[in-house]
Amino acid sequence: MDPMIRLILAQGMLGLNNGVFYAMLSLGLAVIFGLLNVVNFAHGALYMLGAFLALILYSYAGAWVGLDALHIGFWPALIIAPLLVACFGMLIERFMLRRLYKLDPIYSLLLTFGVTLVLQGLFINFFNASGTPYPGMPESLRGVVNLGFMMFPKYRLFVIIFSIVVCFVVWYMIERTRIGSRLRAGTENPELVKAFGINVPLMVMLTFGFGTGLAGLAGVLAAPIYSVSPLMGANLIIVIFAVVVIGGMGSIAGAVVTGFSLGLVEGITKVFYAPAANTVIFLLMVIILLVRPNGLFGRQG
Amino acid sequence: MSTTTLTKPMLKIENLHAWYGESHVLHGINLELAEGQLITLLGRNGAGRSTTLRSIMGMVDRRTGSIAINGEEFITKPAHRITPDGRIGFCPEERGIFGSLTVEENLMLPPAVGPDGMPIEELFEMFPNLANVRKRMGTRLSGGEQQMLAIARILRTGARLLLLDEITEGLAPVIVKTLGRVIRDLKSRGYTIVLVEQNFRFAAPLADRHYVIEHGEVVDTIESGDVESSMDRLNHYLSV
Repeated sequence: MDPMIRLILAQGMLGLNNGVFYAMLSLGLAVIFGLLNVVNFAHGALYMLGAFLALILYSYAGAWVGLDALHIGFWPALIIAPLLVACFGMLIERFMLRRLYKLDPIYSLLLTFGVTLVLQGLFINFFNASGTPYPGMPESLRGVVNLGFMMFPKYRLFVIIFSIVVCFVVWYMIERTRIGSRLRAGTENPELVKAFGINVPLMVMLTFGFGTGLAGLAGVLAAPIYSVSPLMGANLIIVIFAVVVIGGMGSIAGAVVTGFSLGLVEGITKVFYAPAANTVIFLLMVIILLVRPNGLFGRQG
Repeated sequence: MSTTTLTKPMLKIENLHAWYGESHVLHGINLELAEGQLITLLGRNGAGRSTTLRSIMGMVDRRTGSIAINGEEFITKPAHRITPDGRIGFCPEERGIFGSLTVEENLMLPPAVGPDGMPIEELFEMFPNLANVRKRMGTRLSGGEQQMLAIARILRTGARLLLLDEITEGLAPVIVKTLGRVIRDLKSRGYTIVLVEQNFRFAAPLADRHYVIEHGEVVDTIESGDVESSMDRLNHYLSV
């Protein structure tokens, strides 16, 4: 195989691996924005929380309850951590955000920004700002697979496939099922949906929990790849917002497709001019906003 | 004003006041109807007819007084319990078709409130126009299709008390005629119906009783038998 193509494919795979996190995080953000009209700035911090919960479950939880040998591993964490993050998200919605719906959206943005700072502060205080490696990667996902053009870590391949499945399931649920049609209807006319006998406040709380749970899930998936650090979400959230803006605020398909694509673009840019890789996303954002102010998949508003 | 009291009203509203924010919109509405009856709320735009329906549905900022359905008090119920507990089907003035949902999704959206909702196929028989546009998005429907969908949607849920707001507004005469046939059919099947109507010619042959609303109050009640002799009064109330 031509070495150049090989290099592009290899960087593409690594880029796709970042794209996974862009897609999953912007997906949750899009779900929340679409239904609640809330720009959840805390999304990065909740992703970080998911990663930390996985770390805590493995390295600390056992010792806390006096069972030093107990390490709650990756697979249970993949379920437990997102659920805990979702519960935390629902508490934020129920006791804080709900009071702000009648105000300008800037208030909920500021509130979630505040939540971010508090969470980051707490974790820096207890775990310090430098990263901690997650030791709980499952045995079955260690090692590499030969993709023909490169040796690729098995775990990363798992993450890519798993995330594509999750994104598809979420998209399908929202666009094709009865629950999804209620969510979409609730976005359009919450008052009437309530008048049909649907408990809209409960639906909103569960949706917020679901969106934040997705952030937690992404955090668990990220833990074995990146080191777990209080600022891991802060570094990502800016890119995520770019993804959401490019995809079109509130568009589920837009968030997913743009997330994966921008990961790819970023990866492939590294082949040609590595220093531009971090900027290319924002350059694209500027161009797309100029041409299509509602984003690639946004409804013309 | 007539003071006939029904022995067993399905819906009985007493001294209903309602507010949007600071503005006091309803000033003590009283009305009642028995199961299987059809009443109309007549009056000029802004008189408080739609607000009366929206108050029943809990879609106003504040309401006081009494709204009893089959003897049960509804004034304190949270909005999302009103439809299922009262087996109500509400068809709002702006029709409330969801543009991001298909016709079928719109039909399936409201949860069932009773056991004997009409099956989809029967609804498509009643509104053949809808059968041809099943997969079409709500935004791409004509006004008549939207109105039929809004009615079909609540018949599927098994609602027995229908609150229909200005269903003929802005529709072609041929569609209005179809709707008239549908309402008559529904009445013969025992549905209880409150009709907010601008079009008196549409409402007159269907109703058991007319309530005339002005400035948030019922100013007159006319039984269907007295319509002929009350035409002067009615013209006065409804003249623009």
